Amino acid sequence: MTTEVMSNDEKKWVKAFQRIPQVYYFLVIITVLGVVLDQIFARGNILSNPSILTNILIRSVALGIVAVGQTFVMIGASIDLSVAYTISLTAVLSSLLMQGDPSRVPMTIAIVVGVGVLVGLINGLIITKLDVNAFIATLGTGLIIKGFLNGSFTNWSGSVPESFQAIGYEKIGPIPISILLLLAVVIIGWFILSWTKYGAHLYGVGGSKEIGRLSGLRTSRVIIISHIICSLTSVLSGFFVVSRLGSGAPWVGPDGIYDLESIATTVIGGTALSGGRGGVFGTLAGVFIFGVIDTVFNQLGIDTFLKTVLRGAIIILAVASYSFRSEREAA
Amino acid sequence: MATSTDVPNSQRLTSILEDIWTWVKKVPPVYPVFIVVLFIVSQLNPNFATINGVTSFLRRSSPLAILAMGQLYVLASGGFDLSQGSLINLTTIGSALIIYGNPEDAFISITVMLGIGIMVGLVNGFVVSYLKVPSLIATLGMLLLLKGGGLYWTGGAPKGYLSDNFRFFGRNYIENIPVIGRFPVAGLIFILLGVILSVLFHKTNLGKQILAVGDNPKAARLSGVKVKKVRIIAFIISAVMAVIGGILLGGFGGVSIEAGEGMEMLSVSAAVIGGAVLLGGKGSVPNVAFGALTLEGIISLLNLLGLPKPYRDAVQGVIIIGAVAYTAIRSRKRD
Amino acid sequence: MSEEVNKQQTPLMEVQHIYKAFPGVQALEDVSIKFFPGEVHAVVGENGAGKTTLMKIMAGVYKPAQGTVFFNGEKVSFNHPVEAQARGISIIHQEFNLLPERTVAQNIYLGREPATFGVLNLRQLNQKAKSVLEDIGVDAMISPTDMTSSLSVAEQQLVEIAKAISLDARVLIMDEPTASLTRTEVELLRDLIFRLKEKGIAVIFISHRLSEVFEFAEKISVLKDGMHMGTSNVDEVTTEDIVYQMVGRVLDDYFPPLGDPEDFGEVVLRIKDGSNDYLHDINLELRKGEILGVAGLQGSGRTELAQALFGVDPFHSGTIELHGKPVSIKKPSWAVSKHLGYVTEDRKTEGLALMQPIRDNMLLAVRSLKNIFNLIQPNGIKEAPNLVPNLGEEVDVRVDTYDKEAQDLSGGNQQKVVLSKWLASQAEIFIFDEPTRGIDVEAKARIHEIIRDLTKQGVAVLMISSELPEVIGMSDRILVMHEGTIGGELPAEPNEAEIMLVATGHQNNNGKLESVASSRGEK
Repeated sequence: MTTEVMSNDEKKWVKAFQRIPQVYYFLVIITVLGVVLDQIFARGNILSNPSILTNILIRSVALGIVAVGQTFVMIGASIDLSVAYTISLTAVLSSLLMQGDPSRVPMTIAIVVGVGVLVGLINGLIITKLDVNAFIATLGTGLIIKGFLNGSFTNWSGSVPESFQAIGYEKIGPIPISILLLLAVVIIGWFILSWTKYGAHLYGVGGSKEIGRLSGLRTSRVIIISHIICSLTSVLSGFFVVSRLGSGAPWVGPDGIYDLESIATTVIGGTALSGGRGGVFGTLAGVFIFGVIDTVFNQLGIDTFLKTVLRGAIIILAVASYSFRSEREAA
Repeated sequence: MATSTDVPNSQRLTSILEDIWTWVKKVPPVYPVFIVVLFIVSQLNPNFATINGVTSFLRRSSPLAILAMGQLYVLASGGFDLSQGSLINLTTIGSALIIYGNPEDAFISITVMLGIGIMVGLVNGFVVSYLKVPSLIATLGMLLLLKGGGLYWTGGAPKGYLSDNFRFFGRNYIENIPVIGRFPVAGLIFILLGVILSVLFHKTNLGKQILAVGDNPKAARLSGVKVKKVRIIAFIISAVMAVIGGILLGGFGGVSIEAGEGMEMLSVSAAVIGGAVLLGGKGSVPNVAFGALTLEGIISLLNLLGLPKPYRDAVQGVIIIGAVAYTAIRSRKRD
Repeated sequence: MSEEVNKQQTPLMEVQHIYKAFPGVQALEDVSIKFFPGEVHAVVGENGAGKTTLMKIMAGVYKPAQGTVFFNGEKVSFNHPVEAQARGISIIHQEFNLLPERTVAQNIYLGREPATFGVLNLRQLNQKAKSVLEDIGVDAMISPTDMTSSLSVAEQQLVEIAKAISLDARVLIMDEPTASLTRTEVELLRDLIFRLKEKGIAVIFISHRLSEVFEFAEKISVLKDGMHMGTSNVDEVTTEDIVYQMVGRVLDDYFPPLGDPEDFGEVVLRIKDGSNDYLHDINLELRKGEILGVAGLQGSGRTELAQALFGVDPFHSGTIELHGKPVSIKKPSWAVSKHLGYVTEDRKTEGLALMQPIRDNMLLAVRSLKNIFNLIQPNGIKEAPNLVPNLGEEVDVRVDTYDKEAQDLSGGNQQKVVLSKWLASQAEIFIFDEPTRGIDVEAKARIHEIIRDLTKQGVAVLMISSELPEVIGMSDRILVMHEGTIGGELPAEPNEAEIMLVATGHQNNNGKLESVASSRGEK
């Protein structure tokens, strides 16, 4: 019934080409656009400026780290809206516990990481055992954390010792530590997703819970672990944020709109809301896209608010173009 | 069917009790919860139980109730509208800008804002129906568009202020009413909209088609329902309600770039408390309105308990999770 | 072509006296069949004969109500298909259980990935997958690192088979394996099945395509109405023998009398040369007051015909004429506005909004014809405020209240609600797709009566059905579809064999039966 017009090899090349995630095209386009604008309006001074480039990278670190966690969760067909508040929680608790004392750093890290694991665990349990929609569940836990934070702290509290601030400010050679941190997180994330049994199971469960179950996977466990991973990345991101700010306050997370942006960059990066596919490198590309837009716009003196507008437009258009690729009934 | 006139009284009593119990089970949980909350609040603050207390509560709660009713339209059709909050912000700061000291321009500003609301709803609906973007993402994108757009328009800080005639709707009372004395304008608007939206949802084709689309879009389409059109209308209604909510909030609290922050989450929560099902297909306007009132009541309750404003977020979180978990368990029991 | 098969050995798998019922229908009744290792065994029968149910019992998806399943001589009872899989019984359903966004190797070994301390051994994963693919001889076509979504349907099926082999399947069950394959692909599958046979695997498959059954299988078991009619050796029977076994039955179903030719009015629907991705050269006429039956095998395009007519998957070329005027139907809402009604194959996913009350389901179509902002009547429309209870009585929906949610009804009642939906919209042309599938006998008879009554009121009916008694009992004329087009037309009350023969590709040429393939010169 079907006639084959291309040879098998040709078909495979075309299919492989089509498989390159669109996000990389976007990244290239945005970068080229940025370079062009740079040349026209600033005579090439922006992007050739190393400190500005570093700036792009550093702004991307906080978002990038948490976006990796969000990617995990979304591959599992779930979502995490509590990340922004977890970041705030981390920042506040860290500065509160450290009180500027370097010797308290290890203990603080241990405690805060523990708290992060707890948050992820609770998210995962509510979703899998109470059968609550992930959107609502993580919205709820986020609000609980928000309430607790805002209720207990109205201002900056405590401080982080300078040794800790190294994360945010110091370099190893020419490369800032924070960027190394981001790269480490991305590479570890990639490793887990592509090279471990868990990663394979996460893709399986996210692709189809039913097929996962038929293959004997413990679907609840897989989802819960993904949420724990996401909260851990929120904690790491929080550490970075607080190291740059020197102290923590409750609005730190929401201010950066980490929740919406981590979802947006993940989706733009090619991870589907419905789960089962995607990866951290795509997400990273999405983060860089936003980073380039941010920086170029800033330097050109374009209103930051227009930036937000552009973000919104990009999110919609990117996802729309993905939906055209695979026609599914939207809700 | 055998009939007997000699049914013993005890059996009759049991069957009457059974009937009452079936009826009781049918009452949506939001109403008893609401009554309980009101009762507790009035115990803690006797002022609450006065006419003044009630009318003041109504004035405060009307914006959320209106928002929730609009959100219900989208939820029932199977989607989410996350752009309500930033639309509120846009409404207050945009109106302030248009008015800019000329109270005569209040009417124009309201008209413009309503027009913007319709446009926003149209775009949301278009993106979801024609571009096939999930409503979560589509309205999230719109949220950012409006946030940025609004701030850009005003240059970052609210300019101008809202004139008194604009604020009339959200802030003032109608005086000299027999028996009750005064009644908030906002409350009046809420009730008016409540009636309109109820009729529209429960007594017109639109409501029935929205429910069908949310329940089973495929079957709806195969039955001749114009699914795309229905979704777009739902988004338009949700957006217009957000604008009206913004007008009331602006009236109540003045210009602010943050008044609407997070309001979409509150409106979804209020709808959920009012029994709306998140994946669509079920919901009732009056129940949702009471869900909003209940939520506001709980907030007042927490205030009275001395729990500062922020803790209300925490409790709200617990409530939403609880409400959804409860419906999940209930529907699981059915299977 | 076929090798010597050991005949007298213990069966690898056996079912004895299996009974299974679902609400309203006895799916299997006292079925006993033996399956031997290294043998290809086909199970055939019409839709609803019980084939899939039997396979699902063997694969651990269902449990029999009565009877025993034996594997390797031991009694077995499975609680979950995973248990059957572990024992070596694998089933490949018609809808594949593959993750499209994962590679072939990843799909085959999902849940069993080779790993050390949780870290995947990718080389081993791909190596193992490659060797399984080699084992079944398809490694030239499919590589372990291929993305599953880039594979054709035939190739995906091969991956499913590879997965089963990797699970050391000793029994491989396949449901309609050739349904979506081209001729070349069918031959490749056949060669593969023979290779599996040589390994001693018992291959069991369900198929409607008798010519292929004869190519592939050594044994054929026929099921009819849940009963086992017999198991024959392929070289001892002919296609016609099997067909007669499948369909010959005592007609104890009651059907209302067929229409008189005088009852049939003018042509209300005409399709000329309709084609789309699934259909070609569709030419038909439907007259007022008649029931035009549409028969054919699964995959012959019957549902696609209905969907093309109704605007779900419209025709790309050709014309549709209603009452002599050409019309364009590109969306279902257009079809509804032109007074077409479509009672779909799957009432739960396509016909009803399950959470809504019955009354709203009944009024769904007619309300869509009115202005969206119109006030509604709870029980009907302005012109007919009591439509709901009236229709409910007419179609005999057995409920105490119309407020009940549609999901709380029995299958028969649900179908009646769907029917009344289109009655309410005053459709003039009704398309039925499997109108009485999964419905108890009493409701079935009622629905048949209603359909005939409709025609007496001037409605034209296009009725697609896989149940031959229904097609024969109800249709004033019958179109038999075959591979995307109309294979032939039969007058009222043909015998079942005639229908099946056209449906399986044997043309009806003046009583002489030839295989379509031979007339095309392919064999």
